[in-house]
Parts: sequence; C-alpha cells; structure tokens
Amino acid sequence: MTLLQLDKVGHAFLGRTVLERIDLGISAGELVALVGPSGSGKSTLAHIAAGLVEPRMGRVNRRYRRHAVIFQEPRLLPWKRTADNIGLGLAGQRVGGDARRRKLHAVASRVALEYGDLEKFPAQLSGGMRQRAAIARALIAEPDFIFFDEPFSALDVALKRRMQDIVVDTVAHSGLSGLFITHDLSEAVRIAHRILVLDRNGRGIAGSRIVPSRPGERDDRFVFETSVEFLAGDRLFAHVNDCDERSLP
Amino acid sequence: MATARLARTGRFVWSGWAGLAGLSVFAAVWQAGHEAYGSFILPAPAETFASVVALLAEPESWRIVWATAGRALLGFGIAAGIGTMAGTLAGYHPAIMRLARPQITLMLGVPPIAWIVLLMIWFGNGVGTVSATAAVACLPIVFIAAAEGIATRDRGLDDMARAAGLGPIRRLLRIGMRQMLHTLFPALVMALGTAFKASIMAELLANAGGVGEELAVARANLDVSLALAWILLSVTALITVEYGLLQPLRAEIETWREAARPWGVRR
Repeated sequence: MTLLQLDKVGHAFLGRTVLERIDLGISAGELVALVGPSGSGKSTLAHIAAGLVEPRMGRVNRRYRRHAVIFQEPRLLPWKRTADNIGLGLAGQRVGGDARRRKLHAVASRVALEYGDLEKFPAQLSGGMRQRAAIARALIAEPDFIFFDEPFSALDVALKRRMQDIVVDTVAHSGLSGLFITHDLSEAVRIAHRILVLDRNGRGIAGSRIVPSRPGERDDRFVFETSVEFLAGDRLFAHVNDCDERSLP
Repeated sequence: MATARLARTGRFVWSGWAGLAGLSVFAAVWQAGHEAYGSFILPAPAETFASVVALLAEPESWRIVWATAGRALLGFGIAAGIGTMAGTLAGYHPAIMRLARPQITLMLGVPPIAWIVLLMIWFGNGVGTVSATAAVACLPIVFIAAAEGIATRDRGLDDMARAAGLGPIRRLLRIGMRQMLHTLFPALVMALGTAFKASIMAELLANAGGVGEELAVARANLDVSLALAWILLSVTALITVEYGLLQPLRAEIETWREAARPWGVRR
C-alpha cells in the first residue's frame, strides 16, 4: 500500500520555480532516501510532503495515521528540560501521567539517552545528545511515517553512524516508513531500501534505484563499493555531488 | 528543582550586599555634596533618612505612597496588557507593524507634559489622568519590545511545533510568546520605572494628590529635606515592585538561561 503519494507537485518562491512535476510514492515499510545536489529543493520537497509548506501545484496524498519530522537542527525548546522537549511529540494526543512517563523512558532508552539527561536543559547536552532527543521526540508519538530532513549532516562521522543505526533499527526494522533527505550518497546507501534522485534543477524525479540487500545487513565495504559504483557507473548520480547553489534565472 | 529554586533565591538575596555597596557609594557622593553646599541646597543623607523615618511613622504617608504606586501600577498594567497584545499582533503581521510604526513614533514624539494637559482636559484631576499618563508613557516601550520579540522568534521552532501537532493557539502561547519574553522583560522593567516617574509628574502638575502633590507642597515650602524624603520613598516603592515581583518572575521563567551559562560565570 502506498502511504505517501505526491502527484505533479510544484512550488515556487517569489516567482522562482524550485520544484516542478514531482511524482513519488512511498509504500508501507519502505525507507526511501532522496538525494540531489545542494540547492535542488530537497528540503522544500520534504516540507511540502510533511504539510509544513503548501505546494503551489499538485496534490499530496497521505494515507498514514500519523507522521513525525526530524529536522536538520534538533529544534529543541531551549527553555524546556529534555524530558519536556521529548514529551512535546505527544502534543497531538491525549496521553497523561503514568503512560506518558512510561513512553518517555521507553523512547529515551531506544535512542540511548540516560535518565539523568532527561532532567537537563538542551544547552547542557552535547550536539549528538540533542539530535538524539529530537529523534526521541519524533518516535514518542509512535508515528507510522517519519520525515528526515538531513538530520545528521552536522554530526561527526562516528556519531552519524550511531544515529544511522538508530534509524535503521527504529524505522527499517520496525516496519515504519520514511522519507530520508540527504546529500550524502553513502548515507543513503547504508540505510535506505530505495534511493530517489532529484533533478538538479528540481524538474521532477530524475530516477530511482533499489539498493541490494536490506538496511542493517550492509557492511562498510558494501556501502563504500555501492556508492562508488553508483557515482562512477550510473549516469543518474552524475550531479549528486555538485555543490554550486543553483544560479538564479 | 526545589533546592535549585532555594539556591537561586539565596543567591538573589545575597546579591543584595552588592546592591547595598553600590548604594553606599551613592550615599558617600551625596554626603560630599552636602558638605560642599550645605543643608539648604542638599541635606545630608542621614538627615533625609530621618525625614523618611518620620514620614513612615505617619499612616497618612503610607496611604499617599500606596495611592501613587496604585495609579502607576494601573497605568503600567494597562500599557503592559495592550502593548503586549498589539505587539504580538504586529510581530506576526508585518503589514500591521508598518501601520503601527508611525503611531509609535507619534506617541514617543508628543512630550509627556502635552499628554498631561490633554488628559487633564479629558479626565479631570484624578486617578484617570495620572494612570493614563503612565499608560501612554509605557505603551510604546512595551509594544516595540513585544513586536520585536515575536518578529525575531526562531521560526524553525514554529515548524517543529506544527509538525508535532500543536494547534495555532498553543503555538502562540507556548512557542511564540515564550520567546517574546526575552525582549519583553527588560522592557517591562523599564516601563515600570517610567510609569512611576510619569505618575508622580502627572500628580504634581494636576494637583492630583499622591507623592506628586506632596512634592509640590515641599517645593512651595522650600523644604528640600522633605522633597528628598518623598523621592526616596517613591524610589523605594519602585524597587520593591521590581525586585519583589518582576525579577523573581523572570528568574522563574528564565531558569534555563542560568543552566546555559558556562561554568565559572554563575554569579
């Protein structure tokens, strides 16, 4: 079953077209990575799909129960303790007292946050712990679809791997679905079932590739070799590492 | 959390020594001025203090100070309420902000004395004139701070809250206005001081009772010591409201700033 379907979605900022004729569908239990060069409109597309931006054209069909968004920055409320920040994910539901505390502790242990960290303010946490708190905030609502908007691009290599493992564990292994925006092809190869490549000018989806084997079963050698193979041998990925921001028309 | 609050209160009270030291320096300069110019121009701090004690012994003086403080607080409350609401609206809607800016410039540009004359004609000599003068003097300060606070909010948090399922009202109260406090609080402290000053001035000019009128009487009698005593009393009332009400409220809401400060610069 298709949980998220975008039909001919287009968007423009101040008359400048950033996205055009985007069609994509994501099935239940599928984690899809969307890659594309910097400035190609990936984040805008994710925000449109998540309902944070109203598209100028086209339709977005959401057939899941509940979604959550994990942003590039943790976006924690600095005046709230970590526990309350994570609890904010439950804002849309009526969950009180004990059930709330139980959910909170369960989700905190899933992302390896310690009990003591929950009483701290975000300013007292390290960058990795903040991003983990943001993941916990998304997971606590028990969504069946998660949008990832380049969530780990500001983290160092070791931490990034750890976070990717959490994503593989919580999404791909738990039967959830997700759209993972990234500019890092090896990250996409590591965690996704399928990789979509956005056209360098945002004119539609340029193509799609299924990554062999399953997320979580891929070792470093596989990730490295597959990414190199994609970049060198597949024309679809020719522009993925372009770093020029799109020039204004 | 209770111990943290106790520790914070303890530190707050302890910092009173620093305040006292600052006031002592002020008193020393005052004493020097007194010794240079004599009692008629500038009575000694001790002398003034004695007048204050004498004033406080009379229940009538308490009533007068309460009356002035009440009027100032009424004006301050009105300005804080209207200013915060209008400022929030202007912060969210740039078009309203553009319309409101000239009015603010206008309000700031009209001298307070002109307001007093107008308000005396409209409200007569009484609470209305005094409180309205205080409100008019405070309003632009509160408005600008509230609008600025909302306009400079972190929009990313808004999106995050929307994605987390918070409705518009809860986003306004829990995300937007919470961020506004950062600029609003200093403005409220300033507005409170302005309210007291404007009230006393309005009382003096409109003969509307309160500390202002007592000051007018002291001036008529050339009683500098009494005038200074009244000034001291009104300043004390202001400090009481600021440190007894506004600052503890701020400390309670801004606990996280304390936590965010790096080690070694706590006090």
